[in-house]
Amino acid sequence: MHEMGIASLIIEAVKKEMAGRPLDRAEKVGIRIGALTALDQSALQFCFEVVTRDTELERLKLEVDCVPRRHRCPNCPNEFEVKDYDFDCPRCGSFAPECISGDELELAFLEVEEHEPTTA
Amino acid sequence: MNRLPLEKKVLSENDRLAANLREHFRDYGILCLNLISSPGSGKTSLLERTLEALPQSECAAVLTGDIQTENDANRLRRFGFPVKQITTGGTCHLDARMIERHLADWKLEEIDVLFIENVGNLVCPSSYDLGEAAKIVMLSVTEGDDKPLKYPSIFFKSELLVLNKVDLLPYVPFNIVSAEENAHRINPGIEIVRVSCTTGNGLAEWMTWLDRKQRALRAGSPQMVS
Repeated sequence: MHEMGIASLIIEAVKKEMAGRPLDRAEKVGIRIGALTALDQSALQFCFEVVTRDTELERLKLEVDCVPRRHRCPNCPNEFEVKDYDFDCPRCGSFAPECISGDELELAFLEVEEHEPTTA
Repeated sequence: MNRLPLEKKVLSENDRLAANLREHFRDYGILCLNLISSPGSGKTSLLERTLEALPQSECAAVLTGDIQTENDANRLRRFGFPVKQITTGGTCHLDARMIERHLADWKLEEIDVLFIENVGNLVCPSSYDLGEAAKIVMLSVTEGDDKPLKYPSIFFKSELLVLNKVDLLPYVPFNIVSAEENAHRINPGIEIVRVSCTTGNGLAEWMTWLDRKQRALRAGSPQMVS
């Protein structure tokens, strides 16, 4: 529901990164979103297209890496992906409520096309 | 093509402002609570009941968020505490900058507990840290008992679930045991109080929780729960 705001923040971060690279062109930005953020990927892609349209970042692509919710078992060193809110360790059956990933909302990378300064 | 690592949070600016606010609240000994629910669950009613019941020695303050109108602030002002309405003009959540801006002309040293009533929404407010000591999620029995499963993020991040409107249980198909089980499935550590802001039922338990949080804060350990 707040994908528009998130898309704008991603663009701001890209612009900040590109400010020191006037000759280069940003091609793709990568982000990681965890299952717990409740962000909708297709809505985010749509908002991203809207906020970049008719700007210098129109060609910029968004790559989204969805991070599943993972828990750590207190009894065996197992780490496992949680599905359907089942917190029981699939290896030893212990109750494992400790969440170790799935809350990410992070910028991962920026791909830029680099241009050498032309000598006049 | 060159791939540059960015490795930072999308909401890093919000997180930075929230960390500043949290430090301010700690320095001034303010217990800040972020109250989140769907529209109409009874956040304002709970605050009315709370402001009414607070001991004379306590100074509360309220920031209440809505897309439009001053209605909630008008309801809450009659208790004599500082209250400000934050009208977001369309935004579906409050962010740390709005809190910072609206606190600017308050005397923080006079405030013991700050309630932030978020915009009615179970999704977006869960992503924005406001510098609070705890998030509180409210669910009323006229909603569905499967809400914790449908909107897990906010139930996962909240310390307390306030189940409101329990006086209506005989008239609605809401299974309160199932709602509590669902909340515990998402967040095994979440505490739960059942209240009715209409009859006053259960409010003593809520006030006890609040008192315990304040004592923990004064003891210098905001995370302490007992």
